[in-house]
Amino acid sequence: MHTPSTSTAPDSGRQILLSHFDDLEQQNLSSTLGMWFFLVSEVMFFSGLIAAYAVYRGLSPEAFHLASRHMDKWWGFANTLVLLTSSLTMALAVRATQTGDRRAIVRNLLWTAVLGSAFLGVKVFEWKAEIDHHLFPGKHFVVPDHDEEHLKEYLEKTDGHVDPVKLEREKGRFQLMFVLYFFMTGVHAFHMIVGIAAVVLFALLTHFKWFSGYGQTQTESLGLYWHFVDVVWVFLYPLLYLIE
Amino acid sequence: MSASAQAHHDGPPADYLSESTVKSWLLTTDHKRVGILYLISVTIFFIAGGVLAGLMRLELMTPRGDVLGSPDTYNRMFTMHGVIMIFFFLVPAIPSVLGNFLLPLMIGARDLAFPKINLLSWYVYMVGGIMGVWILMHGGIDTGWTFYTPFSSMYSNSMVLTAAVAVFITGFSSILTGLNFIVTVHTMRAPGMTWFRMPLFVWSHYATALIMVLATPVLAISIVLVGLEKFFGVGVFDPRLGGDPVLFQHLFWFYSHPAVYIMVLPGFAVISEIIPCFARRPIFGYRFVAFASVAIAIFGFLVWGHHMFVSGQSMYAGAVFSILSFLVAIPSAIKVFNWTATLYKGSLSFDTPMLYALGFMGLFTIGGLTGLMLASLALDVHVHDTYFVVAHFHYIMVGGTVMAYLGGIHFWWPKISGRTYPEIWGKLSALLVFVGFNLTFFPQFLLGYLGMPRRYFEYRPEFQVLNVMSTAGATVLAVGMLMPMIYLGLSLRQPKNAGDNPWGATGLEWQIESPPTTHNFHEPVLVTCEPYLYSPEEAEREYAHAQHVHSA
Repeated sequence: MHTPSTSTAPDSGRQILLSHFDDLEQQNLSSTLGMWFFLVSEVMFFSGLIAAYAVYRGLSPEAFHLASRHMDKWWGFANTLVLLTSSLTMALAVRATQTGDRRAIVRNLLWTAVLGSAFLGVKVFEWKAEIDHHLFPGKHFVVPDHDEEHLKEYLEKTDGHVDPVKLEREKGRFQLMFVLYFFMTGVHAFHMIVGIAAVVLFALLTHFKWFSGYGQTQTESLGLYWHFVDVVWVFLYPLLYLIE
Repeated sequence: MSASAQAHHDGPPADYLSESTVKSWLLTTDHKRVGILYLISVTIFFIAGGVLAGLMRLELMTPRGDVLGSPDTYNRMFTMHGVIMIFFFLVPAIPSVLGNFLLPLMIGARDLAFPKINLLSWYVYMVGGIMGVWILMHGGIDTGWTFYTPFSSMYSNSMVLTAAVAVFITGFSSILTGLNFIVTVHTMRAPGMTWFRMPLFVWSHYATALIMVLATPVLAISIVLVGLEKFFGVGVFDPRLGGDPVLFQHLFWFYSHPAVYIMVLPGFAVISEIIPCFARRPIFGYRFVAFASVAIAIFGFLVWGHHMFVSGQSMYAGAVFSILSFLVAIPSAIKVFNWTATLYKGSLSFDTPMLYALGFMGLFTIGGLTGLMLASLALDVHVHDTYFVVAHFHYIMVGGTVMAYLGGIHFWWPKISGRTYPEIWGKLSALLVFVGFNLTFFPQFLLGYLGMPRRYFEYRPEFQVLNVMSTAGATVLAVGMLMPMIYLGLSLRQPKNAGDNPWGATGLEWQIESPPTTHNFHEPVLVTCEPYLYSPEEAEREYAHAQHVHSA
């Protein structure tokens, strides 16, 4: 995540060396390593959420199962494909920085941004459907009747009696699945928005020849970030959509 | 340093302090200047946190609540004391001040790997810090620094949300610093500076940086969840809505126990430099001390459950966490024993930094041993949430980290500022801090063992004698800590008289001018030997020679 301090760079393949580094190799290594450790930090951020998810799903598998059925796994599947394709175009952009093909860099970065935006579009559409069904956590949340029936059946003892305390708790966990769903996909979407903004910015900077050395180091770091955000989705999709 | 400035002064190149405009400070990317920015800010927060502690001790002079007016004010006082001291002083103190200043110098680099990110970390820290001050001025929070749910998320009507945002933001500053240190140690070492030629200061900071990068995000996510619960009214930790308040404690302590090592490992870093220098001996068991830092960082992630022995986790989990907590004592003890072995047959001189370092060793040992008492299940149930715990972690945090921080500031002050300070005042401050500290916190061990609970506004009259002792000690401690601020501040009025290497220390940072120039080194650095090549025999000869000259 390092940009050269000079505002205009000569249009040659050579990168500018910052004054505190000895050579380009050291400079590139530092940038990439910095991004890797940043991503390690991000993994820990998501792992806190996944730990919370694991605990509550372990406590109430049935409620999580019922809640998960409200998510459309086919839209999620399509979105996964879109996102993986965007990773491909990102990788092509990084490759193009190495071969020094400026037009290919810009083209692939813009495709990455388009695919990322398409993902977000589908996500917004999904969220809207869920909010319309009163599944957004908070005051307006309603546990759908047939899910409540299911939970009652699940809790029913041999004498046909349902413990109201346990029922309330299961309904709470049902809502909790949606809390985690909205929060995890929301945090993921936030990362996507940051990523798309950076990708568009990088496409512009490459187009206007702002980077030295075709922005090889910078684009590689951005690529790492983009792939990481994709991988997070690859974990979120089965956790949230594919419980069955 | 501009070319014209060099043309005007026909002397040696200007040092990093010579540019003095406000803009040159606020836009600097020089690691040394960022270190100074941090020095000023953490000192201000330390004073703020100290004043709060003083007010609390004043309140506790008498068994009845009579100074602060209401228990609620007292709750806000101790919470703000904890939040400020931990997040705005202890976590950034040594890494961001001394680490920033010294890490590149010690490995022969011109700067940290990401100088702009380094400056950014200070700005992020200041945004969090100013929010913290704002909270303090608008009533504060009353949850304790631990933000335990469900009190914080459901019942507290203080500014929990703002505090959560402030801590969240400050966490990013810590992550950025950690990231920078890790990458710098990996990629910026001078030729010949192998991993086992690095000073132990660097090893300890590397371990600290690993914890910062791995643990801080978990704190971030847990307080975001508290904020979410409070803001949207959803039940992540609310048992009525299917949540589990103990989950918060797990997430919180997963950060906050390793955070203890974020605070104390840099203290070890400082002590590992001071002890060999003033004992004139190479450090005993270099690799053991180095790996002990990494081992502490790793074990530190596996012991968070020892904060929760009484919060309903299973007995087996408690037993496992208890055993793992005992394991942390091994690398910690390796360090203390190795420092002691370094002292053995050394040619000791008792300058101010050494006095602080020796004080550290004593106090940290007491803190560590009482930590073992708290790690044992049965005893912890007895003293849980009493003053015993308060005394224990103050022995680690103040007796350990603050003593090391002050020792480090005294040790490197000639390098940082180019000036010496009056030795007699330095020794007096070290003595006052040591005596005042013990007088403040040793009675609290007794109070806790006798059953005085922590965080209480009033107490039973039979505890008064020990509480008065503690308050008296706090006064001495305050004087001892204010003194360095005065005489170090006044030393800036003198000319730069320190010389490059006033202590005769090894280490790359002592090979260059005091204060260093902007680019640190004038020629490429090549490292050819191990650190800490001190010789006690030579020290003896020098001493004998000095005596001879003196008597002749």
